[in-house]
Amino acid sequence: MTETGASSHRVAGTDKDVLVKVENLQKYFPVQTTSLFRRNHDQVHAVDGVTLEVRRGETLGLVGETGCGKSTLARCIARLCDVSAGRVIFDGRDITSLTPRQMRPLRREMQIIFQDPYGSLNPRRRVGSIIGDPFALHGIADGAERKRKVQEVMELVGLKPEHFNRFPAEFSGGQRQRIGVARALALRPKLIICDEPVSALDVSIQAQIINLLVDLQREFNLTYIFIAHDLSVVRHVSDRVAVMYLGKVAELAPAEDLYQVPRHPYSNALLSAVPVPDPKKSSDRHQIILIGDVPSPIDPPAGCRFHPRCPKAQERCATEEPALASVLGDSAEHVTACHFPVEKGEDLSNTSRVSVPPSGSQTT
Amino acid sequence: MALLEVSDLHVSFPTPDGVVRAVRGLSFAVETGKTLGIVGESGSGKSVSTQTIMGLTRGARVSGQALFEGIDLLAMSPKELRSVRGAKVGMIFQDPLSSLHPYYRVGWQIIEMIRNNHHEISKAKARERAVELLRLVGIPQPDRRVDDFPHQFSGGMRQRAMIAMAMSLNPKLLIADEPTTALDVTVQAQVLQVMRRLQEEFGTAIILITHDLGVVAEVADDVVVMYAGSTMEKADRYETFGAPHHPYTEGLLQSLPAYGGERERLRPIPGQPPSLINLPGGCPFHPRCPYVMDRCRAEMPPLFEVGGNPAHTSACWLSRDQVERAALRTKVVGQPLAAPAVP
Repeated sequence: MTETGASSHRVAGTDKDVLVKVENLQKYFPVQTTSLFRRNHDQVHAVDGVTLEVRRGETLGLVGETGCGKSTLARCIARLCDVSAGRVIFDGRDITSLTPRQMRPLRREMQIIFQDPYGSLNPRRRVGSIIGDPFALHGIADGAERKRKVQEVMELVGLKPEHFNRFPAEFSGGQRQRIGVARALALRPKLIICDEPVSALDVSIQAQIINLLVDLQREFNLTYIFIAHDLSVVRHVSDRVAVMYLGKVAELAPAEDLYQVPRHPYSNALLSAVPVPDPKKSSDRHQIILIGDVPSPIDPPAGCRFHPRCPKAQERCATEEPALASVLGDSAEHVTACHFPVEKGEDLSNTSRVSVPPSGSQTT
Repeated sequence: MALLEVSDLHVSFPTPDGVVRAVRGLSFAVETGKTLGIVGESGSGKSVSTQTIMGLTRGARVSGQALFEGIDLLAMSPKELRSVRGAKVGMIFQDPLSSLHPYYRVGWQIIEMIRNNHHEISKAKARERAVELLRLVGIPQPDRRVDDFPHQFSGGMRQRAMIAMAMSLNPKLLIADEPTTALDVTVQAQVLQVMRRLQEEFGTAIILITHDLGVVAEVADDVVVMYAGSTMEKADRYETFGAPHHPYTEGLLQSLPAYGGERERLRPIPGQPPSLINLPGGCPFHPRCPYVMDRCRAEMPPLFEVGGNPAHTSACWLSRDQVERAALRTKVVGQPLAAPAVP
């Protein structure tokens, strides 16, 4: 079973195959300064000019470090927050500036699964009524019919329908995440945004939920935006993966391409930092250890945002911002925003800028 | 003699719902300069065991022995333990923000740690040492950052500051309880590198507690796999990952999305970990085990030596003969596992 139903959508699609289109999306958050003159110029550039599309039936993985804007991007797509600039097109319709009331009918079509199965379920409500919420909010089914539908969806995600009247506290972490999945699935949406859906779960349970998500996608032809910091999980579920850094897409490629031949130095560093559960492999690979931390998104570096930490950075990188384009003969599907992309087999781990130097010599 | 030798440790907590048996008969040893990885899922007792050794579990019923440099930590008075904590055994925890006091400067907290144990050291000297330590763990501009508050540090820097603090008294043993779980992979790589370098430099023994099999494979010399308070398997890292014997270890490895493998269906361990109040009889893993035999339900297996290496032990009744074991494995695991069964 190496082929998932979603893979057939890997071919470059026409507009009809595109479910979500994001054009030059920007989202800034003002920083509250409590100075005497209420100076309020600072802004966090959470998402800063992202253009990408999500195709019907595919899983688009979003990866990057904390604060790179991956969750904010997903929230903008679901219009859970206002967009500062740019456009979001969902299912052929521009939803960038719809009011909450106008958004409401569209909410049926896009749902979110959250990370924390303990925090995202109201502990004082019964599971049946939590999963029944989407039906109630959209006035779809009532009374006995609603109960039947809720039990149907509970069965679908592997919960026992007779647990309808239990409270979330009576379920384990994995089962609670199933409740979250059931709630998202209840109205058979077109798009499900999975925001770190398995990060809080133990390894053995994690695999159960991932299998469930993959099965449901195949059965209902769902489209996923899958956010996770665990890169091996993202690789497993995604058709295409976007690597984000400081509010921008650094590289976007079919999953296998990205993991086999990452072009952006940041993607290389990110992938090489993942611990490999195989001691034989881990001792002979070249790990790239980045110096320092991600710069502040309030005042991101000019040019390529990764240049202060990049092992390959040159003068041009500090002044000229690279555009997303396919490089070094990659297919049109594999785009990288870098002036000096990494060749296959190139070793970055020996470059002086990457490893934490021994005590005393670091003065950045 | 090993630096720390824990034998037959039992920890249980009386609660209104019944007695939670968190650790049941744990034994392990840590050698100077080596790293012992303890892996297990939530509730497997991995944190409770080390916290108990350091006298940090209140209201627990404890039995067993924990010999540190030949002296039993479990028999020590709280006052004696205080002199061991920090000075001889350093600890770092998962969440560096709640381990650092938000109200005091980072440097002040390190200085306090030093002066608390060595009253003769002057403030200025201790401060010098704090700067030196921060430099050692790779904090940029340590002479300036020493006066920062914890909130001015990023997550990775905080964890490195915690390591600096834990190392400030040159402890012989460092207990790291999920030190990188809250960090990004790139930062995790930095922190692990710092720990490795300090170990090389000072010969510190490390107990690394984590649920991340990848981290263990990278840094641990020996690995203890825990489940429901008991040791399932003990081996060096090559055998743990290359030739696991216990079905639980095997199940954990199989449920990982294979890194570099095909996009095939994952093979989760079916079911849930048991309640520690109501443990199943016999082997605690038997309700989820694909190889389960009648004997497993009745009798908890002791740790047997498996394979050629005497240090590789596994608490399982399954054949210790690798060939026979391999045949069984294909028989059981060869057939596709049922979809996740949910009770």
